[in-house]
Amino acid sequence: MEKKTCLYDRHVALGALMSPFGGFIMPIQYTNITDEHNAVRQHCGVFDVSHMGEVRITGPDAERYVQHIFTNDVANAPLGQIYYGMMLYPNGGTVDDLLVYKMGENDFFLVINAANIDKDVAWMLEQKEGFDIVLDHQSDYYGQLAVQGPEAETVVEEVLGLPCKELAFYTAKTLEVAEDNEGETIIISRTGYTGEDGFEIYGSHDFTQKAWDKLIESGRCKPCGLGCRDTLRFEVGLPLYGDELSADISPVMAGLSMFCKLDKPEFIGKEALVEQKTNGVAQKLVGIELADKAIPRHGYAVLTPEGEPIGEVTTGYHCLSVDKSVCMALVKNEYAKLGTSLAVQIRKKVFPGTVVKKKFYDKHYKK
Amino acid sequence: MANFEAGLYYSESHEYVRVEGEFGYIGISDYAQHALGNVVYVDMPEVDDEVTAGEEFGAVESVKAASDLIAPVSGTVVEINEALEDEPELLNKDAFGNWIIKVQLSDPAELDSLMDVEAYKKHCEN
Repeated sequence: MEKKTCLYDRHVALGALMSPFGGFIMPIQYTNITDEHNAVRQHCGVFDVSHMGEVRITGPDAERYVQHIFTNDVANAPLGQIYYGMMLYPNGGTVDDLLVYKMGENDFFLVINAANIDKDVAWMLEQKEGFDIVLDHQSDYYGQLAVQGPEAETVVEEVLGLPCKELAFYTAKTLEVAEDNEGETIIISRTGYTGEDGFEIYGSHDFTQKAWDKLIESGRCKPCGLGCRDTLRFEVGLPLYGDELSADISPVMAGLSMFCKLDKPEFIGKEALVEQKTNGVAQKLVGIELADKAIPRHGYAVLTPEGEPIGEVTTGYHCLSVDKSVCMALVKNEYAKLGTSLAVQIRKKVFPGTVVKKKFYDKHYKK
Repeated sequence: MANFEAGLYYSESHEYVRVEGEFGYIGISDYAQHALGNVVYVDMPEVDDEVTAGEEFGAVESVKAASDLIAPVSGTVVEINEALEDEPELLNKDAFGNWIIKVQLSDPAELDSLMDVEAYKKHCEN
């Protein structure tokens, strides 16, 4: 039985197409994916991302513990700084990709993928032996909204009354929300999963519902479903756990080494990544652009021009912002060079394509 | 709300056949195009291909997913709707006005197992 977020009734009332995702019943689209996608690229959209998981790590060893389980380096981080990175298995496979917010000295807020919540929390608990920390699993408390798009800043400031102009990219702050949610402290960060400027806002269910209603009633912010969240993140080359990262796909294979700080003294999976960087990996994630409009989908076979199977599509779409059929695919290393001619089997036919950069559309972050 | 056009034969998988003499024009219903959302690609067979009732003969791709096209009747493809190659969204604009393939029917008796518009309406309501 899928869980419902605190906004479930509102999605149904808006006539959203609801579908299971990551253990939740989530809105895929309200009107259609293309309109919602374009709203985020051109104006502003709001997503219910309350399905995401939250874990708070505090205690005398909190920083040392985060450094141990997380690939990025949070040492000497300024307060409010946010890091993207992964938790890895010792063999370099990915447990999950996540955001780590530094909320205070030895106080970290971790945001994990909905589908991985149980697995991640179990994994984190297993690793805590020898660390004096408190691990507080807060997923049931927090609702989360993502307000995304070039107009997100003005919408958040004017419609929600939350000051956010001064927030730098990948930083967060807490805000006391006095008015209707007395005494509540929310977290707001300049982050997102769309390649546009935007904010993610974490608060109680009550706060989240009220904020959602204000945004929808304002008419300045389109409700957007997970359908366009996927097309948006895909075309700017952001990975989705389960597609581009998995227990079998390391960040080195996925081209995400920049988020793995191998100069850190240690973290789980470091030796495996060092080995992969030194000796190379058998498979790499690439972008492929097809000459035709047929759409490569997750799991379709990637072939050499001669028809030999050399990999698999991880995500593919007819890219909305550039009007091309493109995909990310995991292929044998020797076929990963830009410009390599490959082909993708789509149902009964084979379509020629070329290896291109994984980013099909440029990000428009406000840094 | 979806439109339903009388005089056509419908399959449970939401394809229709418009019969003109020995030929059948096969497309997807308006109900189907609504359910699919924005169509971005139509994968069609080639002229002279054989299609078999109950078997896949192509696909309609929306942004989100690919949906197989299942042949409601058997026959030989005599024409494909080439306009859909450049403008797949025509299926969204007018599903009944834009057939996908034209086949020479090999077994017109197969039409008897398809639904008329009233039966198809009920099928969609369930």
